[in-house]
Parts: sequence; structure tokens; C-alpha cells
Amino acid sequence: MADTSGTLQKTPLFDLHVELGARMVPFAGYEMPVQYPTGIMTEHQQTRDSAGLFDVSHMGQAILIGPDHETTARALEAMVPSNMVELGRGKQRYTVLLNAEGGVVDDLMVTRPVAEDQDGRLYLVVNASRKDVDYPLIAAGLPDTVRLEIVTDKALIAIQGPKAVDVVAAHAPAAADLAFMSGDFMEFDGIACHISRAGYTGEDGVEMSVPAGAAEAIARALLADERVKPIGLGARDSLRLEAGLCLYGHDLDETISPVEGNITFCMQKRRRDEGGFPGADRIQAELKDGPGRLRVGLKLEGRAPAREGAAIHLPGGAAVGTVTSGGFAPTVGGPIAMGYVATEHAKTGTKLSLLVRGKELPAEVVDMPFVPNRYHRKPNS
Amino acid sequence: MTTYYSKDHEWISVEGGTATVGITSYAQQQLGDVVYVETPEAGKSLSQGDEAAVVESVKAASEVYAPIDGEVTEGNEALADEPAKVNEDPEGAAWFWKMTVADEGQLADLMDEAAYKAYVDTL
Repeated sequence: MADTSGTLQKTPLFDLHVELGARMVPFAGYEMPVQYPTGIMTEHQQTRDSAGLFDVSHMGQAILIGPDHETTARALEAMVPSNMVELGRGKQRYTVLLNAEGGVVDDLMVTRPVAEDQDGRLYLVVNASRKDVDYPLIAAGLPDTVRLEIVTDKALIAIQGPKAVDVVAAHAPAAADLAFMSGDFMEFDGIACHISRAGYTGEDGVEMSVPAGAAEAIARALLADERVKPIGLGARDSLRLEAGLCLYGHDLDETISPVEGNITFCMQKRRRDEGGFPGADRIQAELKDGPGRLRVGLKLEGRAPAREGAAIHLPGGAAVGTVTSGGFAPTVGGPIAMGYVATEHAKTGTKLSLLVRGKELPAEVVDMPFVPNRYHRKPNS
Repeated sequence: MTTYYSKDHEWISVEGGTATVGITSYAQQQLGDVVYVETPEAGKSLSQGDEAAVVESVKAASEVYAPIDGEVTEGNEALADEPAKVNEDPEGAAWFWKMTVADEGQLADLMDEAAYKAYVDTL
């Protein structure tokens, strides 16, 4: 993931990270904060208990622009297995870009704007490490009537945690009315932003697309609230792992289908039935007959963590898979992992062994998320 | 008692014929929150540079190397239950193992406190 070949880019919050004492590391071509002085455990707990501010400006923001929603949505549907045509105004959806073999090229968030005069636009947020792959692929797949505009003048700030929305609503009152997985344009202390109620920690919270030039002022205004602390990539990783969420390049790659990846929630019924996306033959066959391998959650019995790359075995027996993410889970209070195993060993409760430094660490297949999600779901949304 | 330091950020305190080994305060800061420690068992024979112990932070696993040759006389088993001690008291209660000193000459290749401080300043 880390690109050390060329000059590293900086986000608009770089100076603030340094001022806050962050340890900066190369990540996906950017210099990013991995942790602040209090450390990953404290940052993790801060996000679960109160609110954390994450700079995710390295992620790619882009807009599909077409003549009307149906045209733009159909153009995107040709590349992803989700229902984009029936995505409501102001609604957000997680989906995956697919290659011709049905492998995941990237996972991304898509938002349909609320305003009628924005009809025909879809806002995309893609992984930093995949921008150079995604943008040409998307552009090449679009009809003449739809174009891809890459956004370069916006920063992206996530505020996550049980108190996140209260904190943001003090500056942008409309944020309090957003339902989970919906967003809208609104002012934050008079600054025009797009705020959506989403994130990647398993907690309630928002992601704010803000003008690059105003990003530092907005971040400082949020950090002035004692309920908020800055959070680095280290805790972002332990939070998303506990939430059972995939990290591209680790838990998903171009060989893995969304069925194997256990993310079929991103495929709505019409798309499952009709197909019409890259790799539909494989994906529909896997939906029908089951995939050969499946992403599962693993809880280790002891204290030793198993990291990415550890082999998964039957206890005392044959190899049946590989760990793709793993580490110590602060909220769980012990080591957890996710990985791919042959489907016949993917059932909840199956006892497996993870091979670490030549020793078999006993583990069990468990349901994900490892920590219950606390997303904000309204009864009638 | 004399304390020496290695470039791998271990400290080794020698008193009589016995040495106590741990990781430095700088090392624990670099690692961040320690969540797992595996120390060697008594009787294990070590050569300088051998992987002797494992220390894992939330982020990553790191090896702790034997700074000298010798035989392990005791591993600090308390660290298995309280790995965070490595962050709290790395150069005291959170020692990793005790060992014999097979070749005192090897100690001469290690740094004293002043030299180690100067070395850390260059990092």
C-alpha cells in the first residue's frame, strides 16, 4: 500500500497533524497520521466512548455527471452489482467495482444528491490506493452522455462515535436530522459542506466533504469540543476490524468476488436476478451454489494476535485458508482476525488453528461484527 | 550493576554472572501500546542475535534479540498477563528474561547509557 517511490502527498490537514504530535507514515502515496501521542488504544476507546476526528482526505472523491439520474445510475450499474437506479435522493450505498472475472477492483461509497437541480449526479468516494486504477476504469466504461469529474479541491473529514453527531450538529444543525446512509449539502459555521451519516468504525457518525481551504478551520472547530480527539490510521484499522469491515488490498482484492467477500448485502435483488454487471456469470453461480471460499471472522482463544498472512488450518491438520486482517481488538479485549477459508469450514462455531511463528493458535469462526454496530437507524427512514 | 544497550533497543543489566534483558523506553514508545509478550523459558540456550522474545503492539509484531550468548535462567511470566507493563516500566518491572553471561567480551560491543542516548538522537 505504501508508496515510497515518489514524493508523498500531503492532505490539507498535514500541518495540524504535525502540530498535534502525530507520527506521520507513508500510506497510499500520502503522509498520514498513524497515531497521536496518546496512542492507538486510547484513540480507539475515545471513538467508542465519545467522538474521534479522522482525516480521510487521501481518499478519492469524484462525481459522475449525466443528463438525468436514470442515465447516470445505469452507467454505474454496468460496473457495479448494486441497484443504483432505485437509490433514493440523498441516499448513500456501499458498492464494489468489478472486473470481468467478477473480482473486486475497489469498494466505494455512492451518494445521490438531494437537490433536484443535481439530478444526474452521483458522488463517489474510493480508496486512496485505488484511485489510479478506478478512475481510468470508470471513465472507460461510461457512455458519451455521462462523464467522470475528479474532485481535487475538497478534503474529507470523518467524525465517528456516539457523541459525533451532537458535536457536528453544534456547527451544522441539519446534520442531526440525517438518517444512517444519507447525506446532504449544508453549512458548517457558514461554510458549504456535504455531510453524510456514515463511516467505517461501526459507530454512529458523519463524513464531511469540505473545501480544502476550510478543512483546517473546520477540524480545529471540531477539536475545540472536548468530546472530540484526533484519531490516526492505527485506531481506524482496529475500529474497522472490530466492525467486521473490509480493508481493500487486504480483505478484498481483484481475485475475490463479493460473494466470497461476504458482502452480498451490497447486491440488491434486481441486480442478483438480472445480472448485467462484470463477472455476472461467476457471481450468480456463486450466489446459487455457494462460493468455494468465504470471508469469516475469527476469535482467538489466547492472547497472541495472528496477523495478515497467517495460515488457517484445521486443528492439527490441513491448511484451509489465510488470515487477511488481524490484530488485538481493544474493545473485544483480545485478538481477532478475518480471513478466507474453504466454505465447508466457514460455519459459525467451527474450531480452526492459526499458524503463528510455527505454533497453532486455537481460534473459532464467529459472526461479524465482533463489536455490535451502533449506527443511527430511524424507524421510518 | 552495569547496564548496556544494543542498537536493537534492548537493555542488559549485568550483576555478578547474571544478566537481565528488556527493551528500552525508546523502543516501547516506538511500538506503542503493547498487547502481547512472549518470553523465553528457563534452560533455553541463546546466541547473540537470536530471536529470544516477541513483543506485539496493536499495530505489529516485533522480535527481541539476544544481545549476548548465554542460557536463559528465567522468563518474566508476569508480562503474559500484563503486557501493558512494558509501556509503563520498560526498564524496570517489565524485564523480559534473565540469562547467564557466556562471554563477557560481547558486552564490550554494546553501548553505555550515554552512547545509547546519542545513538537514539540520530534516529
